[in-house]
Amino acid sequence: MSLITSTSPHATVKNNTGAFMRQVIYATLPGLAVLTWQFGWGSVINVLWAVIVALVSEALFLKARGRNIAFYLKDYSAVVTAVLLGLALPPTAPWWLTLIGVSFAIIVAKQLYGGLGMNPFNPAMVGYVLLLISFPVAMTQWLAPGEPLSFVQSWQLFTGQLPVDGLSGATPLDTFRTVQSSATDTANALANQGILHGQFAGLGWEWVNLAFLLGGLYLISRKIITWHIPVGFLAGLGLPALLAWLIDPVRFADPLFQLFSGGAMLGAFFIATDPVSAATSRTGRLIYALLIGVLIWVIRSFGGYPDAVAFSVLLLNLSAPFIDYYTQPRTYGHKSSNRGVS
Amino acid sequence: MSQAQTNKTRKTRSVFARLTSGIRRPAKIHDFHGGIHPPEMKHLSNGTPITAGPLPQQLILPLNMHIGAPAKPLVAPGDKVLKGQMIAEPIGAVSAAIHAPTSGTVSAIGPRPIQHPSGMDAVCIVIDTDGEDQWIEHQGTIDYTEKSPAELVDLIRHAGIAGMGGAGFPTSIKVNLGDHQRVEQLIINAVECEPYITADDRLMRERAEQIITGIHILQYLLNPRRTLIGIEDNKPEAISAIKRACKGCDIEVRVVPTKYPSGGEKQLIQLLTGKEVASGQLPAQVGVVCQNVGTAYAIKRAVCDGEPLISRVTTLTGDGVSQPGNYEVLLGTPVRDLLAHGNLAGLDIGRLVMGGPMMGFTLHNPGVPVVKTTNCIIAASPEELPEPPPEQPCIRCGSCAEVCPANLLPQQLYWHAKNDDLEKAQHHNLMDCIECGACAYVCPSHIPLVQYYRYAKAEVRQQAADQVKADKARQRFEARQARIEQEQAEKEARRQARLEANRKKKEAGPTAASTVDVAALKQASLDASKAYKAAVKAAKAAEAEGADNLAELKAEADRLKAVADKAKAAVRDAKDGAPVAAAPAEDTVAKLKKQVGDASSAYKAAVKVAKAAEAEGADNVAELKAEADQLKAAADALKAELREAKTNAPASAAPVTQADPVAELKKQVGDASSAYKAAVKTAKQADEDGADNAADLRAEADRLKAVADQLKADLRDAKANAPASPAPVAPTASTAAAAEQPDPVAALKKQVGDASLAYKAAVKAAKQADEDGAGNAADLHSEAGRLKAIADQLKVELRDAKAAAPPTPKAAPATTATTDSPAVPEEQAPQSLAEVDPEQAAKRQKRLKGLKTAYNMAHKQYKEAHAAYERAERNETASADELQAMQGKIDKLKAKADNARDALDALVEEAKADIRAHTGKDLKTLKLEAARAESALADKQQELEQQRSSASEDTLEALSSELQALESETQIARKALKQAVEEQGLAE
Ligand code: SF4
Ligand code: SF4
Repeated sequence: MSLITSTSPHATVKNNTGAFMRQVIYATLPGLAVLTWQFGWGSVINVLWAVIVALVSEALFLKARGRNIAFYLKDYSAVVTAVLLGLALPPTAPWWLTLIGVSFAIIVAKQLYGGLGMNPFNPAMVGYVLLLISFPVAMTQWLAPGEPLSFVQSWQLFTGQLPVDGLSGATPLDTFRTVQSSATDTANALANQGILHGQFAGLGWEWVNLAFLLGGLYLISRKIITWHIPVGFLAGLGLPALLAWLIDPVRFADPLFQLFSGGAMLGAFFIATDPVSAATSRTGRLIYALLIGVLIWVIRSFGGYPDAVAFSVLLLNLSAPFIDYYTQPRTYGHKSSNRGVS
Repeated sequence: MSQAQTNKTRKTRSVFARLTSGIRRPAKIHDFHGGIHPPEMKHLSNGTPITAGPLPQQLILPLNMHIGAPAKPLVAPGDKVLKGQMIAEPIGAVSAAIHAPTSGTVSAIGPRPIQHPSGMDAVCIVIDTDGEDQWIEHQGTIDYTEKSPAELVDLIRHAGIAGMGGAGFPTSIKVNLGDHQRVEQLIINAVECEPYITADDRLMRERAEQIITGIHILQYLLNPRRTLIGIEDNKPEAISAIKRACKGCDIEVRVVPTKYPSGGEKQLIQLLTGKEVASGQLPAQVGVVCQNVGTAYAIKRAVCDGEPLISRVTTLTGDGVSQPGNYEVLLGTPVRDLLAHGNLAGLDIGRLVMGGPMMGFTLHNPGVPVVKTTNCIIAASPEELPEPPPEQPCIRCGSCAEVCPANLLPQQLYWHAKNDDLEKAQHHNLMDCIECGACAYVCPSHIPLVQYYRYAKAEVRQQAADQVKADKARQRFEARQARIEQEQAEKEARRQARLEANRKKKEAGPTAASTVDVAALKQASLDASKAYKAAVKAAKAAEAEGADNLAELKAEADRLKAVADKAKAAVRDAKDGAPVAAAPAEDTVAKLKKQVGDASSAYKAAVKVAKAAEAEGADNVAELKAEADQLKAAADALKAELREAKTNAPASAAPVTQADPVAELKKQVGDASSAYKAAVKTAKQADEDGADNAADLRAEADRLKAVADQLKADLRDAKANAPASPAPVAPTASTAAAAEQPDPVAALKKQVGDASLAYKAAVKAAKQADEDGAGNAADLHSEAGRLKAIADQLKVELRDAKAAAPPTPKAAPATTATTDSPAVPEEQAPQSLAEVDPEQAAKRQKRLKGLKTAYNMAHKQYKEAHAAYERAERNETASADELQAMQGKIDKLKAKADNARDALDALVEEAKADIRAHTGKDLKTLKLEAARAESALADKQQELEQQRSSASEDTLEALSSELQALESETQIARKALKQAVEEQGLAE
């Protein structure tokens, strides 16, 4: 009888981190489908290419660090990063853009910090911000919603054979910025009214966001994420928007528009929820997400960029340890929770 | 349990409880944070009734099946034992007895592998069973209410009952709370929340009545306001059985939802009462006592049936056995035998777990025995309980925090524990983790979190224990040291006191002080004060640690101080006596010198220790420094005494030496300057080596130079005086002058010794510095200090000698007495005092005053002029002529001041000479005499005080007459001194 000696507990959930990550990937599928429906095959190509780049970069780096490649690839964390970045990139993105963004995200933002669990910043967002700063034009060229490109067109965009200029158009958030900054220029405003009015938010984007919302709800139902971050995020974005809109409906977009435009839902359910770089206690997460939401609204309304999920998330990643220190739960048998470091 | 018993029990319940039991609203079940729902796996074993376990060939009974002190064996190998016979008795408060589970022979008492998670061995009593299972005579109690609670507690203790739920805390302690502690709720834990285990479930289904009787006994002992039984809702049969059994009595059955770990004591308390047990406290502190159902059953068996705890119901389960179920297993049954009894399924057993899958531990050896806390044995194939998957990185998903029943942040605890950051882990309340394993169960990265926490907790406890141990050891050591020193000092002081008394009695006067006594006394004094200091230190340390023997230590310190003071007084006394005595005073001086050396080296050592401690950042630096300061003070005091003794010595040892002061001074100067040179060399060397005591060394060199310069100046002066002083003496060649002359010479002789001592010390310091390179700054420092002290002293003495030399010839003719030896004409003194011309004295007094003022004025003017001159020179505000004029003025002023001082000095000396002429003693001698008389008096008084209780009447009488004599002597001395001083106008 050769007996295993181990410490309690002697049973654990069958679940593992890889399964966790796979659930996240599955949950992005509705969003990816709607993106494809609205803009053509660009996003699918992006995501697939990003996954390949991510796996190769991760494998190379693991090899360099002398780690067990298969074991670590199976945690699917690199794939999740790649999928999220692929979804965030415009469908017009050429291959090199994705290559740079994803490899930077994996190698610099994740592996150089020590790999999974050690990265203080959300790798996908680090990659995204790098690209946004380095290639602002390429990163803001979206297609007009509702007019999907054929697979061939998308592929040609991807390989760079097709110039993007003729096809690209403004997103609702872009348009709103333009309208907002030239509020007196009614002619211009009127000309752009169309894109601002989809069924209940910006044209086309309302469906994209709805799809991510669905995916997010699935994650909550599967207990992959808790409600704290999405709710905090959406409240942080929606409440100031509601308040401002009630005060000045001309200058400020309505809350529904804010919540269903750009990367709001993707950010709320998939990006801000990255556990590694988020705050860790429940209250901490609520505060963390709330601040992200508020920051997004502030940047969207007053800042220089049309959308701000990436910036806001990175900024709060930076504050997460601090938030953690001040939001420890009250332990059983203690009168109050501990504060501060020690 | 019989119906009669139940009725009886019911009658004893308080009226209040019966009244309130009827009107209670439906109980609210609270909730606790977190928790998990692992697969229950109870169906494996809960379908069949409890059956008897095997009767193995050998039973192995560990002496510590419970928490607390191991029981003490009452049997020896070879002894025959009967079933139920106590084979080990409880030792100390927290302990439980052990009984033979069956009849047989004790075959060994020794280490065997036991049920410890670390797989360690422990002392066990091994019984070879005889198969007869023969009971010892035993008898139950029909009506336990006839026994007092204290009797029942004792019965429980001697029945060996310990918590059967898992921890094994001796039950006798938990049911014996004392009167002041009101038990609000008695909670019977029948939750059994761990997967697989069904022992309590089956017990409740089959023996509910007996359990209820056990609970009644607990109620009788604890008198709780309410009694609650908590059962998980996945045991419906057990619930209905218990409900049936306690129908009509004030026991409330509470069904709690199935969730792990609702069977945890704290969690169950929260579920049933909503109360939280404060961190670090016991449930009793919130008025709750928890007992396991199995324990209640064991209590019933012990009290009502007289059967001690010798068996228990254990679940044998897992897919490794083909007949899983519950067995009534004799304690000490090796798991191997139990497995065989349950028919090994022939499967490969991967893990053998004692306890549940969440909190149990794996057995490395199937020979480990079943003990009082063994509620379950899981023999699982690798498929059923697979090896844990490899650990992945923590992704901070927070699942663990979601399920933690203590509401901790397991991910943060893990992070800190892994990084060995115990402080932060404790800040995250590591110690409140109940090790339930819920966090590790849900962790998707399969991190063995609990293992990390156990490790970190053990580290924390270890550190705390180490700290306590170190503190205790230090305290003990210091106390012991202080005690030893005190004892020695006291012994020595007693001896000295005896000697002193004898001596005084014998000689009936202070004329023959023994120098040996002085040395010995000195030693005693040193010892005593050392003991005192040690005691003070110990007291301080104790105070810092809040030790509770503080008062004691302080009292001891005070006592020691008294001893030290006494010893010091004795020394002072002896010393004062010494110079006047005929015995060679130089001996005393030498002794004193040695003591000074000892004291200052003690001081040095202390300084060094303090420095080292400081460098290491030790926290007793302040203490050490204080000690060093104390030592320094002691050394200084000794030095002062030495100086005094030395100045006295010449007076008595006068006739011994005859030497040329100039030659001696020359030699001295040579010594000092070579000391200076050596010091300079050392300093330079140190500079080169970059030693950090270079500055110290240089300072020392400077000091030495100053000494040498001073000595040179003295030499010059002496040379100038030398021709003058012998001149007037030589022609008269009076015996008086000859007798007086040797005084300064002797003093100078002493100084030579000192100077060469200083020289040697400096050379030694230099050598030491050479060898050590650095780090002996402290030594050199204090050495330099000593040199300085000696130099100062030299100066003082030399000045005295110088001053005394010139007026002597003047005084000699003035005195008519030719037999002017210093220690002689005592009877003449009052006579000559009476002859003093008061008018003359008054005149001199006036002149003295005038001269003093004149000198002060002149000196001040000179200083001011000098400062003005320097200012002018520095600022270049005055022309060369003006400067010259100023210089001239300064010179004049200086001359004036010098004149005034000379006149003053002359006058003072004149006055002194007058005193000598009138009393036959100089002022110093008078002063000394007075002081000595006073301290002798004080000493006698003390002695008398001491002896009052112990000595015989005769001794006391003798002592008091001695005291009286001393008193009058003192008074005379005091008066003589006062008179002399006043008469001569030297009051200041
Ligand atoms: S459950 Fe495991 S992976 Fe998740 S936060 Fe806790 S320790 Fe980390
Ligand atoms: S083992 Fe400790 S940290 Fe983990 S869930 Fe239980 S109490 Fe919480």
